[in-house]
Amino acid sequence: MKNPLDSLWGTVIAGVVLTAVLFVFARNFLG
Amino acid sequence: MENIDIVAALSRWIHFMAGVMWIGLLYYFNFVQVAALKNAGADGTATGITKHVAPRALLFFRWSALVTWLAGAALLGPLFTDAFMLRNGMGPIGIGAWLGTIMLFNVWMLIWPNQKKILGMKPASDDEKNKARRVAFLASRTNTMLSIPMLFFMAGGWSHRALFGL
Repeated sequence: MKNPLDSLWGTVIAGVVLTAVLFVFARNFLG
Repeated sequence: MENIDIVAALSRWIHFMAGVMWIGLLYYFNFVQVAALKNAGADGTATGITKHVAPRALLFFRWSALVTWLAGAALLGPLFTDAFMLRNGMGPIGIGAWLGTIMLFNVWMLIWPNQKKILGMKPASDDEKNKARRVAFLASRTNTMLSIPMLFFMAGGWSHRALFGL
């Protein structure tokens, strides 16, 4: 599998996905 | 006006200015210089970038990263521990602070030591230079990826509390 960080689009999409994951974590698990 | 307000106001100002320089140069490296170096290598003009542009950009890049972190820590002040422990309503900004801290580590421990080899500031064999190129590239791309959630949590961590149900 190709490393998404090798392409700029892959990097940006990975960043947006990570944002969504962390947002769900922050909203549901942090006080 | 309390002294602590003045410290917070100055810290926020410096945090923003240094942060703009840091992330601006990070985006310059990733969105401009990597592709430019590839083309410049093909027509023999890469030296102009590696000799005159990259060292200067890296100088401001690594020091603005440190200033950004220090000013951010000063801005958090007594809330520093709560932020890094993700507690007492400081969870969202704490996530931003953790991401920024990981990025600072990448700058000083992965990008800069490897760039010194790549740019010839530190002796290295061709094999070592090739490895250094890959590590520095991936650390830089990792920081570009992390900057996206980092800016989301930094910019919205405190003022957008409702978004997080706080």
